[in-house]
Amino acid sequence: MDQTFLAIVFGPCDKCSKNKPLRPVSVKSEQRSYCSLCVEMMATEGLHENETLASLKSEAESLKGKLEEERAKLHDVELHQVAERVEALGQFVMKTRRTLKGHGNKVLCMDWCKDKRRIVSSSQDGKVIVWDSFTTNKEHAVTMPCTWVMACAYAPSGCAIACGGLDNKCSVYPLTFEKNENMAAKKKSVAMHTNYLSACSFTNSDMQILTASGDGTCALWDVESGQLLQSFHGHGADVLCLDLAPSETGNTFVSGGCDKKAMVWDMRSGQCVQSFETHDSDINSVRYYPSGDAFASGSDDATCRLYDLRADREVAIYSKESIIFGASSVDFSLSGRLLFAGYNDYTINVWDVLKGSRVSILFGHENRVSTLRVSPDGTAFCSGSWDHTLRVSAGRLI
Amino acid sequence: MSSGGSLSTMQRLVEQLKLEAAVERIKVSQAAAELQQYCMQNACKDALLVGVPAGSNPFREPRSCTLL
Repeated sequence: MDQTFLAIVFGPCDKCSKNKPLRPVSVKSEQRSYCSLCVEMMATEGLHENETLASLKSEAESLKGKLEEERAKLHDVELHQVAERVEALGQFVMKTRRTLKGHGNKVLCMDWCKDKRRIVSSSQDGKVIVWDSFTTNKEHAVTMPCTWVMACAYAPSGCAIACGGLDNKCSVYPLTFEKNENMAAKKKSVAMHTNYLSACSFTNSDMQILTASGDGTCALWDVESGQLLQSFHGHGADVLCLDLAPSETGNTFVSGGCDKKAMVWDMRSGQCVQSFETHDSDINSVRYYPSGDAFASGSDDATCRLYDLRADREVAIYSKESIIFGASSVDFSLSGRLLFAGYNDYTINVWDVLKGSRVSILFGHENRVSTLRVSPDGTAFCSGSWDHTLRVSAGRLI
Repeated sequence: MSSGGSLSTMQRLVEQLKLEAAVERIKVSQAAAELQQYCMQNACKDALLVGVPAGSNPFREPRSCTLL
């Protein structure tokens, strides 16, 4: 709606019909003459009643309340109550089977190759190393142009790795077995964010990469062209982690951030389909339950939580009064019965997912555990730490 | 998002909340039962839960030579 003040005419107002000084006014591209009172009323009527900031805020509040109400209606029982009849787990014996030494500074991230044997890890010192965890040999190494390489991932084919951090990018390096391999020369910059890269993951193929960033967004990229395929906006602060849904359950992924929210996204539309805000601090790690129907989170609030996607709510909290340091990294065992969580107090706690109790506490690292992943076939798990090492551990109930 | 955001931010938030409120949900009792069932069905394959036959664990103590 346009207001012009070129000529003031006296006459009957086109709206109220009263004789008053009139202003020419453009309404839906038609010229009208309104008195000043009607001009003012038009200005406020131009906004629909529910579009003023204050009324939108109260609508948002009431929708949040409704959301909580709807979720609460279906909260008929706790997970651990349903699991009461399940046999309790016995004593766990876990042992470190391999220690991978070679990083010159804090290990920040690691990922398993699908061959269940190779591991890629990245460090604060800018180095990215590919290890054979059976022999502990280093197979490849590259030095990034930045420090704090916070994210790394193995390609599904096993023929490439991706990594990034303070350079705000995610780069892909093909792995070759040439005698004098020069990894840095084959580097391909794929993702560009406006702040640090916190997490990255290939999708089902080597062709696409999903990234999370300190700029508050996630993004999906085509590796070959570097083209942005989809971006995901909604977090109110840095996004710290992401995990892709198991391929059988479709095209979604979950992300966690400094806004204490975990958000589930539709990869095709870029839409957030569900969000959860029950943690009291940053969410450092998110991981899908193996069936894809739930996901776990680890947070600086010293708890891990389980969210069921079909019940659309938090269904378990894994915490103890004695655990006061943040959980940095979580992953499930193959059946989903165990949740392994690495903490900033240098320990790894193993939780009974169904009963909510801790079944084991693992010592060994000499500084914060920063990253933890169970191997693809579930025979072992690898933890990386600020103590510069990675440890591959296995064990079982006795 | 800070509550003092712009009009369009609030409009998007309201649309997002409407979307989330409309999600179809099942009861926690049913969801929990299904999570439990998945655990039970796959427990026997979970090496970190039940162990693997001695000798077949790839991460057993390294011996003097490794077969490639």
